[in-house]
Amino acid sequence: MKRFFASRWGPIVAGAIIGILAALLVYWGNPKNMGVCVACFERDIAGALGLHRNALTQYLRPEIVGFVLGSTIAALLFREFRPRAGSAPIARFLLGAFAMIGALVFLGCPWRALLRLAGGDLNALLALAGLATGVGIGVLLMRGGYALGRASPQPAVIGWLMPGLMVGLLLLAIFHPVFGEGLPIFASTKGPGAAHAALVVSLVVGLVVGFLGQRSRFCTMGALRDLFLMGETHLLGGVIALLVTAFLTNLVLTWTTGTPYVRVSFLDQPVAHSNHFWNFAGMALAGLAFALAGGCPGRQLFLSGEGDGDAAVFVLGMIVGAGFAHNFALAGVPDQRLENGLLRVGGPTIYGQIAVAIGLAFCLILGLTARLRATEGKP
Amino acid sequence: MTTVVDARGLACPHPALLTRQALRRAGSGQVEVLVDTDTARENCLRVAEREGWQAEVIFEGSAYRLRLTR
Repeated sequence: MKRFFASRWGPIVAGAIIGILAALLVYWGNPKNMGVCVACFERDIAGALGLHRNALTQYLRPEIVGFVLGSTIAALLFREFRPRAGSAPIARFLLGAFAMIGALVFLGCPWRALLRLAGGDLNALLALAGLATGVGIGVLLMRGGYALGRASPQPAVIGWLMPGLMVGLLLLAIFHPVFGEGLPIFASTKGPGAAHAALVVSLVVGLVVGFLGQRSRFCTMGALRDLFLMGETHLLGGVIALLVTAFLTNLVLTWTTGTPYVRVSFLDQPVAHSNHFWNFAGMALAGLAFALAGGCPGRQLFLSGEGDGDAAVFVLGMIVGAGFAHNFALAGVPDQRLENGLLRVGGPTIYGQIAVAIGLAFCLILGLTARLRATEGKP
Repeated sequence: MTTVVDARGLACPHPALLTRQALRRAGSGQVEVLVDTDTARENCLRVAEREGWQAEVIFEGSAYRLRLTR
């Protein structure tokens, strides 16, 4: 099995299984076209912890816990658990925060962009074009010499901090303590935060995905980056497999349940807006930030599970970014069908638009100035 | 003379990128790459294979030494 997942088929099999499970999670209760969305789910966790107070997006998603712990289990079984940290943590934190803001302007991470497309939401095409553009800019910056500094090996306890944190979140999700008057672990009663599979189902699926992700190195950003940078298609097969199996599973679910799981259009899509420019620009920012940080949100969770403290800082940056995204109304507002039948097109507020511009400026400055030779005296 | 690329501690895609750079610069002979994660090891070996180099992996406790020859 060790050889299998490093082979050409590793990412393809992992992507195929993730696609099927993600589509099934919608059947089991997760929001439409959101069986798995790392950005949305971390945003929901931020809400559950009260880091933002958008009542529609608060739920302690066990999938995220599962992704990290599944990766930890795989890394331990295959002797790949390597505690390491120390590569420009502050830059990685901010890359995480801006990646989250960009993703929430679109309303989804790259995984959800694929799942939205698999459900017929054509707005995802703009997001995927934006993702490719952002990653392309990142590749140009890397060709120009961009690199964050080196990580160094750390004591075991450092590698265990993120898995430990996830066990803590799981305990909060199970026991739902109330810390005082109006101080609970928040859980939405309506909106996407209220739509979720049973805790144990979400956790088990998360563990399986985390295990597969760690073994196969599945990464949506890496798929595009390796293609642009090296002409390498190793990871791309996994991304295509996810899209195909999620689509096929949606067709089977439509056929067996009588409920439509695929509806091809730009309009009236679940938890989505049809503001084309900002779907593109939001994901361009996210794609650039993922590229500069070396992984899509899912990959960062898998890395943090195998002991990578820098990936863990990126994840925490995303969760804090989600807090800002809702506290300052930066996230995209979904399209809304009004009572008179007219459609109110959503998208980010002016503050969200400014945040995307600031994020792009931050990424470009970092990408143009962070060089290995600045710290080591050689390229 | 053996070129040594120290890619320890570097995140994706830099180990693979530095390896490709070194292999193309050397053209033939021996290039050694030091990496300290399994992902970097796999990526660098994939690069070596695509560039037509033979690889030998030596495990050195906390890192892998990839001895690439052509």
